[in-house]
Amino acid sequence: MKLPAAFRTSKGLLGTALVLVILLIAVFAPMVIPVDWTTKMDMRARLSPPTWAHPLGTDQLGRDLMYRVLLGARTSIVIASSAVLMSIVIGLPLGLISGYAGRTTDNVLMRLVDTLLAFPALLLALTISAVLGPNLQNTIIAIGIAFTPFLARIIRGEALRVAQMPYVEAARTAGNSDLRLILRHILPNIMPAVIVQSTISLAFAILAEAGLSFLGLGTQPPDASWGLMIQASRDYLDRAPWTALVPGAAVALTVLGLNMFGDALRDALDPRSKGAS
Amino acid sequence: MLDDVKPLVSIDNLRVEFQGEDGPIVGVEDVSFSIAPGETVCVVGESGSGKSVTSLSLMRLVEFGGGKITGGKLEFASAGGVIDVAHADDDTMRAIRGNEIGMIFQEPMTSLNPVFTVERQMTDGLRMHLGLSAEAASARALELLKQVRIPEPERRLKQYPHELSGGMRQRVVIAMAMACEPRLLIADEPTTALDVTIQAEILSLINRLKRETGMAVLFITHDMAVVAQVADRVVVMCRGNLVEEGAVEEIFENPKQDYTRALLAAVPRLGEMRGKPAPEPMRLIGDDAAAPAPVLPDKPEPLLEVSNLTTRYPVKGGLFRRTVANVHAVEDVSFTINKGETLALVGESGCGKSSCGRSILRLSEPTSGAVQLDKRDIIGLGERDLRRAWRDMQMVFQDPFASLNPYMRLRDQVAEPLRNFDLARGSEVEDRVAGLFDRVHLPRSFMSRFPHELSGGQRQRVAIARALAVRPKLIIADEAVSALDVSVQAQVLNLMMELQAELGISFLFISHDMAVVERVSHRVGVMYRGRLVEIGTRAQVFENAQHSYTKSLMSAVPIADPTRRTIGEEMNFRPIPSPLFPLGHEPDPSEYTEVAPGHLVLKNTVS
Repeated sequence: MKLPAAFRTSKGLLGTALVLVILLIAVFAPMVIPVDWTTKMDMRARLSPPTWAHPLGTDQLGRDLMYRVLLGARTSIVIASSAVLMSIVIGLPLGLISGYAGRTTDNVLMRLVDTLLAFPALLLALTISAVLGPNLQNTIIAIGIAFTPFLARIIRGEALRVAQMPYVEAARTAGNSDLRLILRHILPNIMPAVIVQSTISLAFAILAEAGLSFLGLGTQPPDASWGLMIQASRDYLDRAPWTALVPGAAVALTVLGLNMFGDALRDALDPRSKGAS
Repeated sequence: MLDDVKPLVSIDNLRVEFQGEDGPIVGVEDVSFSIAPGETVCVVGESGSGKSVTSLSLMRLVEFGGGKITGGKLEFASAGGVIDVAHADDDTMRAIRGNEIGMIFQEPMTSLNPVFTVERQMTDGLRMHLGLSAEAASARALELLKQVRIPEPERRLKQYPHELSGGMRQRVVIAMAMACEPRLLIADEPTTALDVTIQAEILSLINRLKRETGMAVLFITHDMAVVAQVADRVVVMCRGNLVEEGAVEEIFENPKQDYTRALLAAVPRLGEMRGKPAPEPMRLIGDDAAAPAPVLPDKPEPLLEVSNLTTRYPVKGGLFRRTVANVHAVEDVSFTINKGETLALVGESGCGKSSCGRSILRLSEPTSGAVQLDKRDIIGLGERDLRRAWRDMQMVFQDPFASLNPYMRLRDQVAEPLRNFDLARGSEVEDRVAGLFDRVHLPRSFMSRFPHELSGGQRQRVAIARALAVRPKLIIADEAVSALDVSVQAQVLNLMMELQAELGISFLFISHDMAVVERVSHRVGVMYRGRLVEIGTRAQVFENAQHSYTKSLMSAVPIADPTRRTIGEEMNFRPIPSPLFPLGHEPDPSEYTEVAPGHLVLKNTVS
């Protein structure tokens, strides 16, 4: 099988490579790196800039940033991707039904979504996390629910637009049932928007996890997550900027990779990007 | 004066390229022609012929669209001497644009800025180009509005673009283009987006301004009928090259090139069906086997009966989004279509012809009235039964680019109705789809393609194949050929007539184009403000129009024949009033006078 053309562009290749590397780190780093390497405090080398002993420097407790950022990958990726997946699983059908059905169904569903939207996403996640208790699973649920209304809103708008297209009307007169209309004619045409929104959501989810951790509700020390590391660095930005730069770069590279991968995926799904076949 | 013979514009070997992903794309390959002072030159061609690119090059506006003039000379005789536009600097170009060369565009809505009043948009240019004071500029703006004969010009100055009708907006755009008394006016498809009566007004306005000011006009259009009405000389373009050039009478009477001949053959001319009893396929050059003409069954048998159909769309407003008014889209419309017959509904935009078609299929829910297909009530059907009823009536939509799902292979889109209505199973589906592709004259290899790999005309054929899949009794064609180039339009029209002749399908043919309607229909209904104002056989409506609206509509249609110029000195049609009515407004029922058997004319005054 040949790689679709969209993945053979430089952006597509780079994005795919980045995503693969980060996934490999997330899966294998915890197996290869013993936990105590990341928690060992080197008190004589606190806030040390990059050296041979600590290639990416150390944090305020003298812990090695390279090991922490590698080990933190799994926590951050698992939480962010599960939370976004959850918001898609809830938000996609919600938005599709709302946009397709219109009228009362739309009104009821969207008022519900608006109520959720009225709370700042982080506050909402905070409340849910506080009620359910701080652990990995609840953090995912909290962020997932907090992100759902945004996705549902966007999908509803897209569904509303696509449902009015002549090809959907034509498909209706071709005898398609509502379910088939939604699955075969509307869904493929809103997937580009879903993919773009999801990659953006992933970046925000990584940071949302940081916010929760900061308030003591997400990842608990001494476990490492990128968000937690960024939060911890805030007091040392002037003296030891690398404490923020290292996890920050990890987040940035992940988001960049996901964006490029997402764009390539979107193009690969679009028949218009393929040449005449 | 010796200067008189010197051309105002002379274009020599113009070549324009656009930067594409895989190297340069040639927009215009090699075009040369000239425009004399005071002359109207029409550049005509189908989409992609490079006619707009040529006109934009004259203003050097191609550069803003990513194009580049890569060869040739564009000499313009400005007041200060001859300038080569292709190599002039930006300051020179700014002095020419809007000053010595005026331009009007296709879409009058988007060429005016919605947040400024008419006065503000007009005076800005006047103050910049002519250095007028604010008062002087306002006075000049008023004078210009009077020159383009806008009713109540003083009031229009204070209005915003959305408060004006499409025709008035285009008049404002023309007034702005005329502001600095240009030597050349470039009009790029200036009437394509307008209704036929407004088109006639704008064409006559351009003709008058040209005569009064002595400016030359470069008129870009795809419409041969418009060319015949306004041109002195014609330049025919195809795929970036000039095909033929000559005086308008010569081009129409004695075209030298095959392409021009084919183009002219594809244009239906209003009045050419006079005296013919039935619709007749177009005679296309290179297509010797004339398509069979549809013949009506001996005994008329009604298929679709529409009685007192009324469709209103609520207009929501206020805090609780209550219905505050109704758009009376279709108002008490009744007609019958017999088996194997084509009834055309004609009218201008907003007259309710599309709503009428949609209401019959119940894609828009009618407010009241009855629709019967083959003696079976459609209005009372539940969701499930309605879906079944669609087996007998299908729709072909206007925009071939929007009526096919971009994510689905064409085979699957045509096969869908077969599977849904359980008309074929297994390998039979594939055979039937292949048969349908043959039927609409598309190669079978197209079956595994996606919509974007086809041209507009090919897509419309697929849409027709999809509609045919269920072997419907009735096809509602809503402006089904309006978005197509003339040669493609003629092919699709012939295909529809051929299908009618062979399968006995009835058509409800919804169109704004009178010449096309005259070609394809057995009977014609004219719609105005939601009402059917006149209905009868084609001959009755076209040759013996009774209602005043039908008459004015006919007088506005440009005829593709330069010896029959109908665009007069000054054409003014009454603007169509709004179909918006307050809640609870109950208009009088439609009452008709039968002037001849089957020829009905609305009694009520509808304005």
